[in-house]
Amino acid sequence: MTIAVSTTPGRPAASEWVRRLPEYLTIWVPLLLSAAHLIAFSLWTIWISFTPSTLVPVSGWVGLRNYSSVAASRNWQIALDNLLLFGSAFVLLSLATGLILAILLDQRIRGENVLRSIFLYPLAVSFVVTGTVWSWLLNPGLGIQKLVRDLGWTSFRFDWLIDRDMAIWTIVIAAIWQSSGFAMALFLAGLRSVDADLIKAAQIDGAGPIRMYRRVILPTLWPITITVIVIQLQFAISTFDLVRALTNGGPGIATQLPALVVYDLMFQRSLLGRGAAAAVLMLLILLAVLLPYAAWRYVQRRRAIHA
Amino acid sequence: MRDRTFAPSRILIYLIVSLIAAAWLAPLAVVVLNSLRSNEEIAQGSMIGWPHHLAWSNYAAAWSGFCVAETCAGIRPYMLNSALVTIPATIFSTLLGAVAGYAVSLWRFRGDSWIYGIVTLGLFLPQQMRLLPWTIVLRDTGLMNTLTGLVVIHTIQGLSFTTLFCRNYYTAIPQELIRAARIDGAGFFRVFWRIILPLSPPILVVTVIWQFTHIWNEFLYGVTFTTGQQQPVTAALIALSAAVADIPQHGVQSAAVIIAALPTLLIYLLGGKYFVRGLTAGAVK
Repeated sequence: MTIAVSTTPGRPAASEWVRRLPEYLTIWVPLLLSAAHLIAFSLWTIWISFTPSTLVPVSGWVGLRNYSSVAASRNWQIALDNLLLFGSAFVLLSLATGLILAILLDQRIRGENVLRSIFLYPLAVSFVVTGTVWSWLLNPGLGIQKLVRDLGWTSFRFDWLIDRDMAIWTIVIAAIWQSSGFAMALFLAGLRSVDADLIKAAQIDGAGPIRMYRRVILPTLWPITITVIVIQLQFAISTFDLVRALTNGGPGIATQLPALVVYDLMFQRSLLGRGAAAAVLMLLILLAVLLPYAAWRYVQRRRAIHA
Repeated sequence: MRDRTFAPSRILIYLIVSLIAAAWLAPLAVVVLNSLRSNEEIAQGSMIGWPHHLAWSNYAAAWSGFCVAETCAGIRPYMLNSALVTIPATIFSTLLGAVAGYAVSLWRFRGDSWIYGIVTLGLFLPQQMRLLPWTIVLRDTGLMNTLTGLVVIHTIQGLSFTTLFCRNYYTAIPQELIRAARIDGAGFFRVFWRIILPLSPPILVVTVIWQFTHIWNEFLYGVTFTTGQQQPVTAALIALSAAVADIPQHGVQSAAVIIAALPTLLIYLLGGKYFVRGLTAGAVK
């Protein structure tokens, strides 16, 4: 061992600094770039949201005017209503689908791997692709409605895609199809980690399969359930590609969502200040979901440490 | 409840699971079949049907024939764009993430947990919060409407995920191993090269698959920061459906959709296990 080892702890000598410069650069440059862009870009967008910027960012201060005009716009109000409906319907239904799939796959069935792959493959495909495909399937003149009518049931109707009141449900359908597999994967992992002794004890007590799930197994899954809900909500809040490919916000503005409003304001109407305000509002909606979750995780961890 | 007898209840389970699986495969089957039907055949019936005679020419047209706006080069240039963005950005973000993950988990330095905490905020910050700043930065650096610009964006943003994946994996490596190597005089890079990297293949596969899939499938940045011939394939697909809206060519469009989805689908088929691991690793932060 002839390589010099720094024997003085604490402040390294200047030459030591130079020698270790490549190390410091390698450690700090990527991390700082990543951290700095996250903080700086957020502050930057927040700042733009308080300026009268339109086509280009300008300095100036308009207070909350951008926020009030976004909040008052019909576009944004419809987007919020849609987000509420889409978010809750999508999260609940994909949770239910995922849980049912996980329980079914947990019955020691043959071909479990193949089935799991089938339920998860949509997650590997871009939302642009799946949105386009669903727009064909749900198009009344091309897809399911046309097929059923060609088969002889000529009064069959399935035209949600062009129905202002129902169009948002086409996005729910496509989103469930695309991401229920995610809930399934997490639930399945949870089911597989249920304490075998617990199950054995319940079996000795004579619990049937339904009682077993309701009383013994499902109660252990609730932390996973909360995680799944939060992640699916996060997805719902930032949904953009899927809607862009499936309905493009239409018919009219019936399937508008916050992310589409942001894009529209920033790049189609060149109202940068309002676009930034809409983006900040999106962030606030997201924080309303994430902050309670983070607090809950914190409490959980502390309890686990003290237990 | 968990035995392998063939009671009626088990037949019911198989029935339900098979039905749902069929529903999950149906959209894929529909596009694959459509990609082999001629545009006329689809126009006469619906999008859902069996091909009468296989129109392989759809794939040739989709790959290098059809026109978006003024250019008639098919989907090929856009596939190339996507590859030229995805492959470098995946490699850069994975390597940098591995080093960063190692630095914050095992090497340790003053402020490591702070900076790591900030970096992981990137998992949550919506893309919309970064759109305008990236626009300004790309414009001022001359990288607007270039593939290089997209590589830079995806590398920096990908770091949040790759650092998290690698850090979580490396925390399982005993600290004593590193301490012993340091006492023997091994520096930051030597420890990484000799100890960390040989232990890393499983997590690197997860990270590469995750990054590749996400960058290939990304749409918002592609459509915002590039136009025309510079667009990645996801943005080009949307441009294609807009371009042919008046005279739809559903056979060719289906073939284009299949080609665009093929790289990530193949990776999923080959490395599905690792893909799912990435999916759940992101969830259990």
